Amino acid sequence: MALFARTPRAPLEYSRTLWMRLWVGTVMLFLYAPLFVLMIFSFNDSKRNVVWRGFTTKYYEKAFGNDQLVEALVNSLTIAALATVASLVLGAVAAVMLWRFRFPFKGVIDGAISLPIIVPEICLGVAFLMFFSAIDWPTDLIWPLNLGAITIAHITFCFPFVTMVVRSRLATFNREQEEAAKDLGANEWQVFRDVLIPHIKPALVAGALLSFTLSLDDFVITYFTSGPDTITFPVKVYSMVRFSVTPEVNAASTILIILTVILTAAALKFQGVKAIAETH
Amino acid sequence: MAEQDWKASKRTFAAVSIPTLFWVIVFFLIPMAIVWLYSFGENRGLTDIAISGTLDNYKRATEWLYLTIFAKSFAVAALVTLICLIIGFPVAMAITFASEKWRPWLLLGIMLPFWTNLLIRTYALMMLLGTQGYANKGLGALWEGTSWLKTLVGLQPLPTWEPVQLLFNNFAVVFGLVYVHLPFMVLPLYAALDRLDRSLIEASLDLGAGHFRTIMRIVVPLAAPGIIAGVMITLIPALGAYLTPDLMGGTDSQMIANVIERQFKKANDWPFGAALSFLLIYAMFILIALQSMRKKVPEVG
Repeated sequence: MALFARTPRAPLEYSRTLWMRLWVGTVMLFLYAPLFVLMIFSFNDSKRNVVWRGFTTKYYEKAFGNDQLVEALVNSLTIAALATVASLVLGAVAAVMLWRFRFPFKGVIDGAISLPIIVPEICLGVAFLMFFSAIDWPTDLIWPLNLGAITIAHITFCFPFVTMVVRSRLATFNREQEEAAKDLGANEWQVFRDVLIPHIKPALVAGALLSFTLSLDDFVITYFTSGPDTITFPVKVYSMVRFSVTPEVNAASTILIILTVILTAAALKFQGVKAIAETH
Repeated sequence: MAEQDWKASKRTFAAVSIPTLFWVIVFFLIPMAIVWLYSFGENRGLTDIAISGTLDNYKRATEWLYLTIFAKSFAVAALVTLICLIIGFPVAMAITFASEKWRPWLLLGIMLPFWTNLLIRTYALMMLLGTQGYANKGLGALWEGTSWLKTLVGLQPLPTWEPVQLLFNNFAVVFGLVYVHLPFMVLPLYAALDRLDRSLIEASLDLGAGHFRTIMRIVVPLAAPGIIAGVMITLIPALGAYLTPDLMGGTDSQMIANVIERQFKKANDWPFGAALSFLLIYAMFILIALQSMRKKVPEVG
């Protein structure tokens, strides 16, 4: 303990005890070591992924040369972008509705909106599979219309998260600001755009990050919703993992991890660590 | 905060409620209703399903085979939740009592894996746990070390190290699920601990209780809502987990989600799959109902 504690430890500074630091350190190692090993081995010059045989970038060339993989990545990013925009609009609107109004069956509607968060992914996937086959959703559309079914499914499970985040932010809104704006002659739309939106902006950033990553992450629902010709990145990686464990999968995974880190960093730069951390 | 009656400004209410209601009804409630209806149907021919109101699918779900799978899924999910709670609680404590400078970064450290692709995290773990992976190498080194120590003190050395099968069994499923769900547990625990009145902990320590006793008698009861929230947030997705048992489990580690998937992708028995899906949803509802019942007890008593 003498190694770490320079000033005497106050009773509540639990995080300054040695065993606590070891515990947190071990947990962080447990969470991150597999990801780092995965990233390091994407540069390994060996087909069999176990022993280090020197540095190479050939698996990145292979991954980028794999047309199906690139197409899947483009599809995934397109779906995530579309689903994020739609979820933000729908989620914010739903949050405003639940926060501002008193209306019949409010409890039921509130429950129905947050239900997609609770219903297991597999059940939601099954529901979309049956729904799209029951209404004969066309599967042979041109890009990007062929991603419609998956995008709809993603919006359904992403927007309740946005609603949740925005709603908790709205709870801190001072109604007097709204009244002041109205007194000064603003109409409903102007109040919404110039007063409410700036207030909920941190929640919107957090919600966007959440939606984008949830959409990019989803395998199960997409697996059930995607047609034979619409493949997304997780579905493609899944089939690659099923068949073999190759450095090409590592390379593809590393690209996605780096993408996630960049996105997170962008959101942090935009809002600061604290704001993002607090909205969760 | 006074809520406005919807009749007071009907146009604004329509603008915010119509898109929401439309989406929830068309793209969530109707698909769920279709699953529910199909669960009372039967296969007639290859693609033809008749909704005949039969209960055969539910009857079949109560067969011994499926009951054991349900029981096993519950057991695995409960074990995973317990392990996450034991590992996660000290981490949440450490984040809560960390200095202002460190706290956001520790939180970010927990949240970043949560944002990373689930499939990639599972794959990373599979690489590590393989018979030639680092986990096995580490265990092998430990084994050799013990063997060497034993010869040093004049005992028989251990037999030579055989790589253990860490993957494709029940152990791997539990390990993988803990790895994936740990952030789910830590975040609500942290949220609850952060709201705690610290002077109560200080009072307990001042009055002579030890740290462990203070945690068990003061912190845990006060953070109970957060602990229950964390348990639910971990238990529910763990119960419906598909990817981890599918990729990391062996032939005997199937969970409910894997059985459901098989009805749609391989066995082509949609009505039975629909019935299993709804049984899983009912199980979730029961869990949530139990949780909200627990919440009401302290208010009454």
